[in-house]
Amino acid sequence: MSFINYSSREINCKIVYYGPGLCGKTTNLQYIFKRMNPESRGKMISLATETDRTLFFDFLPVSMGEIRGFKTRFHLYTVPGQVFYDASRRLILRGVDGVVFCADSQLTRMDSNLESFDNLKINLREQGYDPDRIPLVLQYNKRDINSVASLSELHALLNYRNVPEFESVATTGVGVFETLKAIIKLVLIDLKKGRK
Amino acid sequence: MNPGHFILHEKEYTEIQSVLQKLLADSYAKVVFLIDKNGSLLSSAGETGKFDTTSLASLAAGNIAATGGLASLIGEKEFSILFHEGERDNMHISVVENRLILVVIFDRRSSVGLVRLRVRRADEFLGRILKSIDEAALNDEEGEGVIEELTEADIESLFK
Repeated sequence: MSFINYSSREINCKIVYYGPGLCGKTTNLQYIFKRMNPESRGKMISLATETDRTLFFDFLPVSMGEIRGFKTRFHLYTVPGQVFYDASRRLILRGVDGVVFCADSQLTRMDSNLESFDNLKINLREQGYDPDRIPLVLQYNKRDINSVASLSELHALLNYRNVPEFESVATTGVGVFETLKAIIKLVLIDLKKGRK
Repeated sequence: MNPGHFILHEKEYTEIQSVLQKLLADSYAKVVFLIDKNGSLLSSAGETGKFDTTSLASLAAGNIAATGGLASLIGEKEFSILFHEGERDNMHISVVENRLILVVIFDRRSSVGLVRLRVRRADEFLGRILKSIDEAALNDEEGEGVIEELTEADIESLFK
């Protein structure tokens, strides 16, 4: 649920990075944190285990400038990807305005991608969203690894809605900002249409 | 009313501010925050300069969400009050009308009993303000044209 404050002239929206464990959701946020002008982003918070696996969520607030005199702020969250953290994932999806589904391109991870994507749809429905209408962008990560699925295979597996899709290497930043821009655009268009 | 937006106008913002200022004074607190359940900061009062308010809002919302999850696991609807005790500062977190989160940070000058009492009072006022926010939304005052009139060009301008 976006929050529009006419007093401070701000629009706040929530974007969640979803995907299977170790697909690179946190790495996306870390890259955005590293590359964005410090004045345009806040602190990055990671609630992680001692071995750097996301336990609850990562959080990064970013400002994207003004539209018609309104500051636009986006709260980026990641979910814990590991299957057994499903209760936490559900909580983080509450009030979401847009989702980036980050898929792991490695051939061995196709089942995990599908399982996580199905889990996203179930959890969105549970929060009252229509998974076929919520602003969604797909990111196919780890394109620098040898044994990866082709773009058309990933498209056939996940992109039944024909939403924007991007190849990425989150560790070096390839595709990271393209993905972020695409989801921000979709969220703002959706905000204008005013539908949940 | 659009279920996907929460819109705060100047009038209600000012009213919220005065409730928070009164709560701050009456409870001898250091700082008071009002946050929505998604982690966006609505308003604050007191020594806010010392805190990273955005992070605080997000973590308080995460805290309420997590304890809410725990509550439902044991068959409770919600744990509507959380209290964290520190060496110097303490934090009282409560849910307002099932939609907002009120955070009060206080030290030895106050007590949890006093804070709880004052928070209950503030809850009533905030509940009334929320009602008028809902009514304004129902009367379609929400957009003032700005959001509805966003163009693709406006959105594109963010990325130039």
